[in-house]
Amino acid sequence: MSHSRRTFMKTGALAAIGLAAPTILRLGGRAWAADEVPVGIMYSLTGTTAIVEKSMNQCAQMAIAEINAKGGVLGKKLRPIIEDPASEPRTYSEKARKLTIEDKVPVIFGCYTSASRKAVLPVVERRKGLLVWPTWYEGEECSKNVLYAGSAVPNQQLENSLPWLKKNLGRNKLFIVGSDYAFPRGMAKTSKTICKGIGMEVVGDEYLPLGHTEWASMVSKIGSSGADVIFSNVVGDSIVAFYRELRNQGYDFEKLPLCSSTTTEVEIKAMGPEYAKGSYVSLPYFQTVDTPQNKVFVEAFKAYAGPDAVTHAAMEAVYIGVHIWAMAAEKAGDVSPEAVVANAGGLSFDAPQGKVTIDAENLHTYLTPRIGKTRDDGLLDIVDQYPQPLLPLPYSGVGETADKRICTAKGATL
Amino acid sequence: METFVIGLSIASILFMVALGLAIIYGTMKVINLAHGEMVMIGAYVTVLATKHLGFNLYLCLPLAFLVTAGFGLVIERTVVRRLYGRLLDTLLATWGIALILQQLIRIHFGLGLFGIHIDGLGSDLQNVPVPAELQKTLYFLGANIPVYRAFIFMVALLLGAITWWLIYKTRFGSQLRAVSVARNTAAACGVNDKRVNMLAFAYGSGLAGIAGVLVSGFKTVSPDMGTPYVVDAFLVVVAGGVGHLVGTFISAGILGEVQSFVATWLNDVYGRTVLFAVVILILLFKPQGLFVSRSR
Repeated sequence: MSHSRRTFMKTGALAAIGLAAPTILRLGGRAWAADEVPVGIMYSLTGTTAIVEKSMNQCAQMAIAEINAKGGVLGKKLRPIIEDPASEPRTYSEKARKLTIEDKVPVIFGCYTSASRKAVLPVVERRKGLLVWPTWYEGEECSKNVLYAGSAVPNQQLENSLPWLKKNLGRNKLFIVGSDYAFPRGMAKTSKTICKGIGMEVVGDEYLPLGHTEWASMVSKIGSSGADVIFSNVVGDSIVAFYRELRNQGYDFEKLPLCSSTTTEVEIKAMGPEYAKGSYVSLPYFQTVDTPQNKVFVEAFKAYAGPDAVTHAAMEAVYIGVHIWAMAAEKAGDVSPEAVVANAGGLSFDAPQGKVTIDAENLHTYLTPRIGKTRDDGLLDIVDQYPQPLLPLPYSGVGETADKRICTAKGATL
Repeated sequence: METFVIGLSIASILFMVALGLAIIYGTMKVINLAHGEMVMIGAYVTVLATKHLGFNLYLCLPLAFLVTAGFGLVIERTVVRRLYGRLLDTLLATWGIALILQQLIRIHFGLGLFGIHIDGLGSDLQNVPVPAELQKTLYFLGANIPVYRAFIFMVALLLGAITWWLIYKTRFGSQLRAVSVARNTAAACGVNDKRVNMLAFAYGSGLAGIAGVLVSGFKTVSPDMGTPYVVDAFLVVVAGGVGHLVGTFISAGILGEVQSFVATWLNDVYGRTVLFAVVILILLFKPQGLFVSRSR
């Protein structure tokens, strides 16, 4: 017994040294070739949100390859360092720390959920790093270490869609349903402010936990609430169960229209297009956007990721983020976070969705609000779009307007 | 009325999952934490069979039963059999099996490592086409009843009846009951208790597989979908009295309806809370569950 224990200890110690060796050898720090700029890419390749984030990772790599093919930034090639935060907010913050401290990257392209952004935020703020954040989110954030490139805020998804539902479909009684966390609650807050302004009645505002898949009671509650239109901020796996339950209980999107802020081409593909057919989505980008840039973008991505790949809003935002960052660094003549942030304001990029511009005050993006209607093949027909990009107002839920800004270059003043 | 039907359908799924669990626990005193994964495998059988074999949902019911029963058989023969009488060990072992099964689906049974990807496996969400006649709603007693939910209820009733017949009317059933009451005595009387165990485990797993097929029609199919079912099914088994068919049936009904009514009245989060509270109350006042088998 004692013998075998000793052997165990020996092998254990050897194994420990073996495992530790690479770290010890690496202590000297990383030396990058002088003609390269390391950039962090941090989207989950495993875990619950991997389905969407995988395509965002591919899109970031594609955009970086495009930039490198044109000679890189300031004559230097971008070198992507890819980390997998595994859909865990805590891992996001660890990986962000690793990227900023150990790899010394001047920028991280990453995050998809608000929870992950909130986990990374303290890291980039304390270490004076930069996060380029892509996803549409609940707003009420005004960090100077985050470039909200391509990321829509509630006013850019709601200011167009709620009045449209009232005017074009003649709907007046809104039921807001969402997953229970910051984004859907923030969306509901802004929705209520807008509804008050246009005279729509909010008859329900309900939440179920993230990942909840038993929607029967909620759906029958929507039915008995007297609502004549649903606005959905349901996220992730739940979307599929929710849409399927609506169908099973005999709802028809022509009679009871549903508009979602979150259901992209990816989720529609996952649930089967016949379940989403006829429902609306409000986002700045759909695969069907008719611009020359988008044709090139869709073709390039299919060539990169395979012919079955779909493009979607979160992915397009990643694409915008990488390009805007490169333009800002080029303009500043420096890749450091402060220089990029100081020069990003006012920059425009011809994105697949059309022209996008970074607002100098709040570092958010002017985007073109669009409403899509789901068709048989799982893509969306665009039924409404703004003639030009709309000003981002991250604090619209608490009364921010174009004349009375809450988030300015100096930070948020509430 | 609609709420009642929703409750019935929740109860039906609970009943099918719990029934298998009750049989397995009743016969061999094994708490099978991999039971939820049998639901998951049933759902994936449906995804794969509809995608690659062109099966419809009805044909998937017997197929999923056979496949999950097969999985159950293998698990019993390779792992559980060696751990009889060691409750904690079986708990851990079956939990481990549950994790392994989830990951196997994620990595395409290991084929993913060689770059082979089977359409329908992997960590993505999957969906199953539902026959058109099940997507309708019926107008009945002043309420719109989703046909799919009614279908689930019918299948559950049918399975309940078959299980009752199997346990109380067949030779295998009397052996099963004998083994669950007094294993050694039964074995001494010439009952092959190992074989009974094996078949009971397979049958219980098969029932969960059928529940998986039905669940796949209205929920998301993903590798970790099964886990919540084990917890719920355990509540049903514990509240209904261990190893009692009628008890499982009635407690599934009660818990399903409680959840449905509270969820409609307040919301699902409260529904779950009240559900747990009810189970705790039942256990406080009837520690053996609602129904107690007199034989013990």
